[in-house]
Amino acid sequence: MNRRNFLKVAGLATSAVAVSPILLKGTATAEAKPQKKSYEEALKEITGGKPVKDSDKVKLIAPAIAENGAVVPVKVTVNHPMEEGNYVKAIHILAKKNFDPRSISAHLTPANGRAFISTRIRLAKTMDVVAIAELSDGTFLKAEKPVKVTIGGCG
Amino acid sequence: MARTALIKVKPRRYKVGDIVTIASIIMHPMHTGLQKDKKTGKIIPAQYVKKIEVFYGDEKVTWMDLFPSVSANPFISFNLKVTKAAPLKIVWTENDGKVTEKTIQIKPKG
Repeated sequence: MNRRNFLKVAGLATSAVAVSPILLKGTATAEAKPQKKSYEEALKEITGGKPVKDSDKVKLIAPAIAENGAVVPVKVTVNHPMEEGNYVKAIHILAKKNFDPRSISAHLTPANGRAFISTRIRLAKTMDVVAIAELSDGTFLKAEKPVKVTIGGCG
Repeated sequence: MARTALIKVKPRRYKVGDIVTIASIIMHPMHTGLQKDKKTGKIIPAQYVKKIEVFYGDEKVTWMDLFPSVSANPFISFNLKVTKAAPLKIVWTENDGKVTEKTIQIKPKG
């Protein structure tokens, strides 16, 4: 190896080392940033484009006025038998105007005995809360309720 | 480090065939990844409970996918049909892979 070749190789190696951390850092931050989703996108994620019917079988209990948006108690009951082959497969709770509208998806089995879930969610501002029930035959039922929020709970 | 978790069965006395309510809570801040630290101004990285799985005996009874918009210290309550005396295990999995487990005994009387 003569002097000219050696200098070429050494130069390339040092520049590669200097550049690589910048490249790596750039990709890492791009992945970590959360994405804002719209309600329609979130709904499509759950149903896969199938129609969702309004139904009084789904009962959504939430306060009409929530003083603190960080803790809003939500209860969902579905009036449907829980037997083998005919049961409520899942209950989804969504908040329409949140950064990520999906809050919780509970997958149930006949061993639950009754389709019921109770939890506490965050609401960024005044919006509609939606409960979607997925039945074992593939149909979707929903119930909506507007909740007024005095102090937002996200960030 | 495992986090503090609690499981409660209501009502306290039950027999085979009853439908009981199971209430569970885990102490967790549920950082959404959007809030800023008030002192340093930096964004707090997302840290939340991603999945809850419930096992009754060997059977997986219920599982839930959680998203960051669930409140801090996530409280979940659901129903269970008592069919036998068996342990009830709940497993909480976080988005960074941390796992918390808690087991209680289901003991129907009469």
